[in-house]
Amino acid sequence: MFMLWESVRSALASIRAHGFRSILTSLGIIIGVMSVIAVVSIVQGLSATVNAQFEGLGSNTLTVRSYTPFKKALQGQYARLSNEDMELIRRRIDGISHITPILYSQSGAQGRIAYRSQESFSQVFGVGPDWMEVNSSFPETGRALAREDDQRRRLVCLIGTEVIKNLELPDEPIGEYFRVNNDWCRIIGVMEQRGELFGFSQDDYVMMPYGTARRMQGSSRDLDIQVQLLVEDMERQDEVIARIRRLLRQEHGLKAGDADDFRIQTSEQLTESFNAIISTITAAVVGIVGVSLVVGGIGIMNIMLVSVTERTREIGILKALGATRRDILLQFLIEAVMLCLVGGLIGIALGYAVGALAATLLPGFPPAYVPGWAILLSFGFSAGVGVIFGIIPAAKASQLDPIDALRYE
Amino acid sequence: MSETKEAASAVIRFRDVARRYVMGDQVVNALDGVGLDIARNEYVAIVGASGSGKSTMMNIIGCLDRPTEGSYVLDGEDVGHMSELKLARVRNREIGFVFQSFNLLPRADALKNVMQPLVYRGMRLSERRALAERALQRVGLGDRIDHLPNQLSGGQRQRVAIARALVGQPAILLADEPTGNLDSRTTQEIMELFDELHDEGQTIIMVTHEPDIAAHCERVIRLEDGRVAEDQRQHKRRALENQH
Ligand SMILES: Nc1ncnc2c1ncn2[C@@H]1O[C@H](COP(=O)(O)OP(=O)(O)OP(=O)(O)O)[C@@H](O)[C@H]1O
Ligand SMILES: [Mg+2]
Repeated sequence: MFMLWESVRSALASIRAHGFRSILTSLGIIIGVMSVIAVVSIVQGLSATVNAQFEGLGSNTLTVRSYTPFKKALQGQYARLSNEDMELIRRRIDGISHITPILYSQSGAQGRIAYRSQESFSQVFGVGPDWMEVNSSFPETGRALAREDDQRRRLVCLIGTEVIKNLELPDEPIGEYFRVNNDWCRIIGVMEQRGELFGFSQDDYVMMPYGTARRMQGSSRDLDIQVQLLVEDMERQDEVIARIRRLLRQEHGLKAGDADDFRIQTSEQLTESFNAIISTITAAVVGIVGVSLVVGGIGIMNIMLVSVTERTREIGILKALGATRRDILLQFLIEAVMLCLVGGLIGIALGYAVGALAATLLPGFPPAYVPGWAILLSFGFSAGVGVIFGIIPAAKASQLDPIDALRYE
Repeated sequence: MSETKEAASAVIRFRDVARRYVMGDQVVNALDGVGLDIARNEYVAIVGASGSGKSTMMNIIGCLDRPTEGSYVLDGEDVGHMSELKLARVRNREIGFVFQSFNLLPRADALKNVMQPLVYRGMRLSERRALAERALQRVGLGDRIDHLPNQLSGGQRQRVAIARALVGQPAILLADEPTGNLDSRTTQEIMELFDELHDEGQTIIMVTHEPDIAAHCERVIRLEDGRVAEDQRQHKRRALENQH
């Protein structure tokens, strides 16, 4: 223990004595650790934000949407999920507590909205009254969409908070009329704020009754909708999925062997697929960094070997003064480890700085977050690299014969 | 003094010590059957032509090297049977080595150089510092403790080296041509230091080429081709002066 401390002391002195060279030596480690910390901090920040967003979707939410394989899309045959499909699901499948269609603009274009002299574009879509329950998202002020609004195709809507800003609506916009594409629409409520995701506002939308949206889209027959529903009993979720699938396959006239032309996703799957992407990125980065740490380690081994040769005489002197093989081994090993740890420390600081910089430069990006495990891992890895690549030079130093070492020119 | 009594009190005892180097098909007998006893508090000069085996003998005495044949008993223990670890311990505690080329640690100041052997004794920094400062004061360098070796003159460097050799209070001080790189005035100063140390009871063995330095010592051993050609006792000049 005493020798360990003495070795740390002499290693630090030696690193300081060769300041610039030490930095160059551990550059591989610095860059490796820096990139892992930077990427981890950004990815973790993203992941925390996204997971918070997904929490809104209850775990018993199912989303059904049409799915066109790439080959069919090339042939111009697009799958559709129709209003009839939804009605069938609503009538034929048990165990569903809430169900809502969602109708986005078919062209994918945003709707043009205007209020007085202000014009803007916004996500405009139509939903059924159950949408609020399914998404557990409710109006902050005003009222929710009612069945009546849907049936009578009323020109009313709920808006996200961003719309108030974009159109410079009054602070209390309920009861105001504004234009959505070519129709005048009355605001009946303002939705709860959802915040930002990847720098995009989640509150820039206009939500109107499904019936109204259908009418505004014109040719109602070919519309492709999404269906969101809440399963009453979590236990029976798989059963519900299977039954919807059977029903839709039959309805779409699919033969055995044909692939589904729709997808049924649980909210869990959404989160999972996102987290899978995150893990893949993290693993890829860790792999790359692993390689760069090995390269860094070889750099350190190289310099340590040079240093052992350079200091052969010094090693001879130390042996003449009573250093044992173990003392010399420890001294050079600790020096390699300290080089790596100093590199790791600099790397962590730089990586954090890069992550924080990225977070501030990209508007709306979540703040960088470095989890403790990433720091521990970086440190552990750096130390490990030091031990693995320091042991050969250290062993070489410790095995030197004192007389030969002293005579070395 | 009878032969047996002297052998019994000997701190260094060589019996038929040989050190051979094999160079291809040629064998170099650096030492070739040396028998020798050196007692505590002796002041010995080893002289001889270049290549006669002086340094080889010093290295063996200092446990930096081991005999190929014969036995070397240091303070009652056979060095030939010592482990690597034990040898390092002996080098650390029993031996103080001074080299012709000083051999200071280039990046450490005088104080750190002198403290270094104490590190291997597991001594705390404060203790090491106190002992090292005292040793540097002893050699007259109390005001140079933070100088790096390249900021010191040759004579001062050798004083630092002597302080480092002495700081652990070794049984034997070995010096291989300690004044070989120094001018005559500095040589004089170093020799006065050695004389004082000897007066304080230090056992000193020194290799030298210079006759008047050899004449300083109480005993002169002359090597020729790895053998002891002459082993002569004399009274130290200054000791004689003191007696009168
Ligand atoms: N490592 C070695 N390999 C081969 N031969 C060696 C080695 N070391 C010393 N010798 C030989 O041993 C003999 C004695 O060498 P040593 O260094 O002891 O001489 P020395 O008396 O100290 O000479 P000098 O006065 O020049 O220092 C020499 O012939 C030398 O060539
Ligand atoms: Mg010599």
